[in-house]
Amino acid sequence: MVHEGRTNTPVRLLATKLRTRKAFLREGPSLHIVVPTLRCDHSCLYCQVSRRRVDEPGFEMSPKDALAAVDRILESDANHLTVEFQGGEPLLAFGTIRLMTEEIARRAATGRVTFSMTSTLHHLTPQIATFLAEHRFQISASLDGLSDIHDLNRPVPGGMSFQKTVQGVDLARQILGSGSVAAITTITRRALAYPEETVDTLVGMGFRSLFLRPISPFGFANRTARRTGYPVQDFLVFYRRALARILELNQGGMEIEEAYAAILLRHILTPFHSGYVDLRSPAGAGLSVLVYDYDGSVYASDEGRMLGAVGDRTFRMGSVQEPLPTLMTSSAIRELARGGIAEEQPGCRDCAFLPYCGADPVHHHAVQGDVAADRLSSDFCQRHTGLFGMLFTMLATSDEWTRDVLLGWATGQGHGVKHVAAR
Amino acid sequence: MSLPLHTFATLQGFGPHARLLKALSLREALKSSFPPPSVAVDLRDPGLGDVDPAALAGAGYGAVVGMPGHGAASAAAGLPLVHSLRRDDVVAPGDVVRVEPKGSRISVLYRRGANSNSLFVTERCNSLCLMCSQPPRPDDDGWRLDELIDLVGLIDPDLSMLGVTGGEPTLLGRGLTRLLEATRAKLPSTRLHILSNGRLFHDAQLVERMAAAVGRATWAIPLYADIARVHDHVVQAPEAFEETLEGIHNLAEHGHAIEVRFVAHALTVPRLQGLAEFIWRNLPFVEHVALMGLEPMGFTRRNRDVLWIDPAEAGKAVANAAEYLARRGMTVSIYNTPLCLLPKVAWPLARRSISDWKQDYAPECEPCSMRDGCSGFFSSADLSWRGKDIRPIRDHEVMTV
Ligand code: SF4
Ligand code: SF4
Repeated sequence: MVHEGRTNTPVRLLATKLRTRKAFLREGPSLHIVVPTLRCDHSCLYCQVSRRRVDEPGFEMSPKDALAAVDRILESDANHLTVEFQGGEPLLAFGTIRLMTEEIARRAATGRVTFSMTSTLHHLTPQIATFLAEHRFQISASLDGLSDIHDLNRPVPGGMSFQKTVQGVDLARQILGSGSVAAITTITRRALAYPEETVDTLVGMGFRSLFLRPISPFGFANRTARRTGYPVQDFLVFYRRALARILELNQGGMEIEEAYAAILLRHILTPFHSGYVDLRSPAGAGLSVLVYDYDGSVYASDEGRMLGAVGDRTFRMGSVQEPLPTLMTSSAIRELARGGIAEEQPGCRDCAFLPYCGADPVHHHAVQGDVAADRLSSDFCQRHTGLFGMLFTMLATSDEWTRDVLLGWATGQGHGVKHVAAR
Repeated sequence: MSLPLHTFATLQGFGPHARLLKALSLREALKSSFPPPSVAVDLRDPGLGDVDPAALAGAGYGAVVGMPGHGAASAAAGLPLVHSLRRDDVVAPGDVVRVEPKGSRISVLYRRGANSNSLFVTERCNSLCLMCSQPPRPDDDGWRLDELIDLVGLIDPDLSMLGVTGGEPTLLGRGLTRLLEATRAKLPSTRLHILSNGRLFHDAQLVERMAAAVGRATWAIPLYADIARVHDHVVQAPEAFEETLEGIHNLAEHGHAIEVRFVAHALTVPRLQGLAEFIWRNLPFVEHVALMGLEPMGFTRRNRDVLWIDPAEAGKAVANAAEYLARRGMTVSIYNTPLCLLPKVAWPLARRSISDWKQDYAPECEPCSMRDGCSGFFSSADLSWRGKDIRPIRDHEVMTV
């Protein structure tokens, strides 16, 4: 380190930067994912979880395990907790959601817990929506963009799966407010040719924050990889065009953001971390996230749970009936610690994007067989290298107006004053 | 026009020493919980009718602010009397004044309803800033502390904000601890705004002695550049930059709230953008950044040659830095800068920051539509300091984006 004057001062400034960036380390698990059921009436091509038919018995979380999960959640010392229900289709187990939500609301300090749910919303009723509104749920609706692609990707008995989700979104917006409903969009091979149309469809439905994510090669999806998968490069081409379309809409006065770009830009343009658990180092899995599976297992991450479903129990931390300190000292955590520090992983160590990226050891175990596998050859790394390259190029070469929109995403401040004035 | 803080009066029946008195109307005095010996009952209201000073003396009140006509009865009752103020409006009920028999001087130490009130802690300082508006003096002025602790007990407890200023307050060491503890005891709901250069807080032990300020005070600490060389030169103290940064960190780590202050002049404006980036990247935890115009008093006048910058140019640089920080979610204010020198996007960040008693407008301000929202000028800023760009803002400019 080259510096003028006392040594202590620059060291202290660096320490503050690091502490600010890694502030998430100062608290225990803050994201708690609950899988109340594995059943689902969709048979999505890329379904990542060994989904079960609606009428199959034995894939429900028991009330005893649900209440034990509440104990574990409240054992965490994080100031703020997020409890996210997913599935299967979580609404097929609404009873469990209600049980847990009410128990948490009764025992936790007001405002300490945020509830969220990822769902197709096919089974949303006004009564359920009212309950969710009472507990201020944030809803993520799975919507794959264009309706015919969505219907092909996500077949349901009787068809019309897009239409039914749209109806659910409308109902949720009416009762919970539009600010509480977001879309999460999985980009399949079929969608690759339609980035602009995908963006327009979602924006046309009233979404202002889009989350365009590639198909993930986990669990059951990699068995069908030949049918649904595609090279990282194709995703990057899609993403670049989608971003361009989103910026064009911003130019027209709409405030629309792409949530993943916002996360990466927050890491690049601000001293803070976004909070996103999959882009942390030390890794979020296990340290910041716990997943409570329907069968009473606790996993370190959702991907870890999917691996568990196909017989690889590396990231199973234990049973929900065990106290948090026991879970936190399981062999899964030790394995995660080995591959969870990006600063010492091969490849990342020397990478210019390291400060903005994450370690994601579970993914590297899944696709490369080792939590500490060489990153440069992984799809995770290739995708992120591509995304960082794209965003840095935009920051370096685009006009002031565009840079200001990107800054607005990073800081969550939207369009600035200057910005409105310049238009 | 601003109201002065001092006046002269005829004093009767005061001993040789200066006294602190809380002026209160009779009505308020009767139901107040301030100690009667420190209360001066204000009998100047002619509608009050005849009030017998003997009754007031009997009730234990400390003095009367009245008319010459009260002289005989006050003397008979042994009650000190202040009358014939050279400016009657300088003292009003609610104010706390120091009555100095020597020189017959009345100083207002706390003025009820003023836009700012401060505790002036010491004239001593360990820096010697080139633009200091109140140049320090080395004399031992330890006597101030006891007076201030008495003053704190006479300030209205519903006061929302009280300044602490100097000189450098931290030079008092344990004395400052005592003062902070007194404010916590007597003014528990009042927020403190303490002006300090923060240098002595490089010693974490001193920070530990300031625990009474946690949660109720903001330490307002200047940073004039992103590099030591410029900052140290401006404050005329080697190693000040590092001491201040260490101080800011020590305070923050002990849970104190911090404001970073900047004063725009020829030596600081060139690095202002760099400083904004430095603050955003290194000190994102500070709760407020205040970017200020020069106050042409004290050393500023003497050092005009090195400090002078066209106010319009300074305004532009300050607006850019302010916007840079505000756009990133930091709370920023622009102080002491006329609106006509700022681009319109920066207007919402500009504050009417100059204390009433030293604030003024220029002749150009007469027809200005933004006058009520504008800081105007320090009374001390004559034409030569105002630059050539002061011009009234017209209605249509306010309306258009
Ligand atoms: S881009 Fe690749 S090498 Fe760089 S930090 Fe991320 S995963 Fe590691
Ligand atoms: S003309 Fe006077 S009141 Fe108007 S903006 Fe300028 S300084 Fe302020």
